Amino acid sequence: MQAIIDFILKISDLMIVPLGETIYMVALSTLFSVIGGLPLGVLAAVTEEGHICESKNLNKVLNIVINIARSLPFIILMIAVFPLTKLIVGKRIGTTAAIVPLTIAAIPFVARLIESSVKELSSGIIEAAQSMGANRMQIITQVIIPETMPSIVLGITLTIINLIGYSAMAGAIGGGGLGNLAIRYGYQGFQEDVMFGTVVVLVILVQGIQSIGNLIYKKMLR
Amino acid sequence: MIDISNLSKVYHTPYGKVTALKDINLSIEKGDIYGIIGFSGAGKSTLIRCLNRLEEPDTGKITIEGLDINSLDKKSLNKTRKKVGMIFQQFNLLDSRTVFDNVGFPLELDKVPKKEIKERVEEILDLVELTDKRNAYPSQLSGGQKQRVGIARALANKPDILLSDEATSALDPLTTYSILELLKDINEKLNITIVLITHELDVIKYICKNTAVIEQGEIIEKGATNDLFINPKSVTLKKFIEILSNFQENGCYQGGDGI
Repeated sequence: MQAIIDFILKISDLMIVPLGETIYMVALSTLFSVIGGLPLGVLAAVTEEGHICESKNLNKVLNIVINIARSLPFIILMIAVFPLTKLIVGKRIGTTAAIVPLTIAAIPFVARLIESSVKELSSGIIEAAQSMGANRMQIITQVIIPETMPSIVLGITLTIINLIGYSAMAGAIGGGGLGNLAIRYGYQGFQEDVMFGTVVVLVILVQGIQSIGNLIYKKMLR
Repeated sequence: MIDISNLSKVYHTPYGKVTALKDINLSIEKGDIYGIIGFSGAGKSTLIRCLNRLEEPDTGKITIEGLDINSLDKKSLNKTRKKVGMIFQQFNLLDSRTVFDNVGFPLELDKVPKKEIKERVEEILDLVELTDKRNAYPSQLSGGQKQRVGIARALANKPDILLSDEATSALDPLTTYSILELLKDINEKLNITIVLITHELDVIKYICKNTAVIEQGEIIEKGATNDLFINPKSVTLKKFIEILSNFQENGCYQGGDGI
């Protein structure tokens, strides 16, 4: 019994700071990627053929940009954007610095999720708004976004969970957080109990976030 | 009030050209309930959607109270659309909004003050007999109730014209009659011109003062509904009436063996 309590104390002592770092990285990069990805995703959907802002060229450009950003594995993207990270944060690695590549990786992901949510909205609802004399901006802000909100919430939940995974990779090259802890103690230091503890905490974190996401989704779904 | 002259529309599909409308000429008087009937694919949906330019015609002219609809720029079009309400087969309500907020939506678009919205919405909800459902969401309503919300929403801006795109086609016969009664009521009380398209002969028979029959994109017969029924000339209308009367005859044997 004492051994278990000691273990929990040791793990939680080790874990408290990295957990905070992970939450900090993931929370901020989620926020920024939604700010960047939401308009991009909506734009990608409404510029499609037959939609309210049809524009073949803009749609093509958006798709190419999103695809390029999505085709880079995160660990490569992180290193590739070092100069930009340095420019924005002042240094290449560290917890705050990791937010830059995390955001850049998540923006196209969020954009694609939101694009598909918007495309799923029935064209009849948009037509009804048009028949009421709504202009395009009103259709986007007062019809498309509120009507797709439940599906957007699920997309954001998925993004958060993805970002937790990415943040562990950022941890591997000095970004701090749970990934850093697991690699230093568990992998390099052969402390399997720390590795195990990290896994447990990650599982609880992901389960918790998915449950909260589902709960909000159900509440919003009328 | 509504004048359609030489209206044509061709769809360019990967499989070739499809003529949706061919040289349509129609004139609809103020206060009329004008029905356009045809089988699926006859072009009736395209025709009604040209009236508020959800579809752009290729050639021809539509005027509403002397206003040339096809020459309007986006802004004036949106302004005109507010005076032309539309209801749909699939209702097309906003699922994230309550009944009250759905009906108030067209007014919100115009930034009407909250107090005025409340007054107007309550007035219309009373008219469509949905006052007790004001805080319900669309998913909690039956088909007939949803269409009442659709009608209330279309009336929010006090339109002169109501376009009905197969508004009763997704409803059971009983509900259909209650919606038709409501439309009749609106036509009389508010003097709103109603243009409706349908593939249900019953709908035409029940509320339309005048009717046009459309077949492969062409108006092949039009006139007072009673005259058309007494002496149908077109194949489409004859078929419609035949189907209905056969159906009624066969109905006599219902409940017999082998059915």
